[in-house]
Amino acid sequence: MYRNGFWNVSVRMKLAVLLLLAVVVPAYYKAYSQEYPYFVTYSQEMEEPGNLDFESFNVVGNPNGGNSFLGSDIEFEYGLKAWWTTEFYLDGQATQNDSAIFTGFRWENRFRPLPREHWINPVFYVEFEDTSADKTLREVVGHDGNPDFLVPNWLARQDKEREIELKLILGSNVRGWNISENFIAEKNLAGDPWEFGYALGASRPLRLLASAHECAFCLEKFQVGAEMYGGLGDTDGFGTHLTSQYLGPTVNWASPKGMTVGFSPQFGLNSYSIPVLFRFSVSYEIQGFLDHFRRGAK
Amino acid sequence: MNWRSVAPWIFALLVIGSGLTLFATSNGGWLKEVPARDRDRSNPYAEQSDAIAAGRRIFVDHCAHCHGDDANGRKKHPSLRSARVQEEATVGDLHWLLVNGNRGQGMPSWVKLGDPQIWQVISYVRSLH
Repeated sequence: MYRNGFWNVSVRMKLAVLLLLAVVVPAYYKAYSQEYPYFVTYSQEMEEPGNLDFESFNVVGNPNGGNSFLGSDIEFEYGLKAWWTTEFYLDGQATQNDSAIFTGFRWENRFRPLPREHWINPVFYVEFEDTSADKTLREVVGHDGNPDFLVPNWLARQDKEREIELKLILGSNVRGWNISENFIAEKNLAGDPWEFGYALGASRPLRLLASAHECAFCLEKFQVGAEMYGGLGDTDGFGTHLTSQYLGPTVNWASPKGMTVGFSPQFGLNSYSIPVLFRFSVSYEIQGFLDHFRRGAK
Repeated sequence: MNWRSVAPWIFALLVIGSGLTLFATSNGGWLKEVPARDRDRSNPYAEQSDAIAAGRRIFVDHCAHCHGDDANGRKKHPSLRSARVQEEATVGDLHWLLVNGNRGQGMPSWVKLGDPQIWQVISYVRSLH
């Protein structure tokens, strides 16, 4: 089916490494993860201090008039303080009938300024990214849309994107529901105008009480919700004209061994969007990551 | 560089700077911060064996790394068997602490667990008395 690029050796190697990590990491570390099932939206939650969250986010899409693609990133999220989380990403993509390439890196920091919980909790987000031909769709801003995915990789790679991204993250927890809103501003340091976007998410565990006994498929292990996100134009033209917009249900499952698996089909809401995106993720949270090195290997 | 391109940067720096300053002024003594209506809350699952068992599972998953498997504390993280936790603080105080955290001292908020699981953890912690 995928003769060139999309399913080539480097993609198989990457999947093999991910599978290996999926087996090896939980065997050596206490790994517990309880996360909201969002793929694009950030909640107000920070990584607990000293914990490392290892995550792989992936998206498969088939743009109108273009080739199917797999966008993928590997993330290392570390809780420096209870109010400061830092995260490093490595991005890649594979496109059918084209190639599989490493597309760059991103480094983000999130700061939670208010020490206590409030009705709405703000978090400030600052990110630097150096990417080209990125297809991970971890945020949609400006006039990002289906036409961007019709450009062949060799050409798209020539467009280096060194960008600063700022987000205002607002999050609330109400009766078991998490409701999160993100307002995004992104600036290409090469001088393009500021681009804007948004992401909204709401989710809830299927059950709020924990079971007295260990179980793999208890209702509280599942979080379900919905996500909506899209571009809002730029400083030359704010609004939803010629922007892509997506909406879809989302679910994740926290396994007893600490692995969290997420899935979401997301649907383009206008002709400028990719018709359907399928997102899936795997993550581990390793508690007290640096302590493992201080004590020696476990 | 014109004003339109500089303004968002200045705004971001001001917001982050003011937030960090505000945060730096917060400190411990969390018990004194608990509002009366929170302090007086009661645990709907108090002394229920299922809640204690579930609370132990949550404790092992999320709390034991810092507070120790036996809840006796570890490094700079306090014991949960102390008189402060077992006698001085009400269950409402403990609920407030788990919801709000004490970020300046490294204690995160556990609001993501949701109220029922927070009360289950408190049931377990109080069972250690």
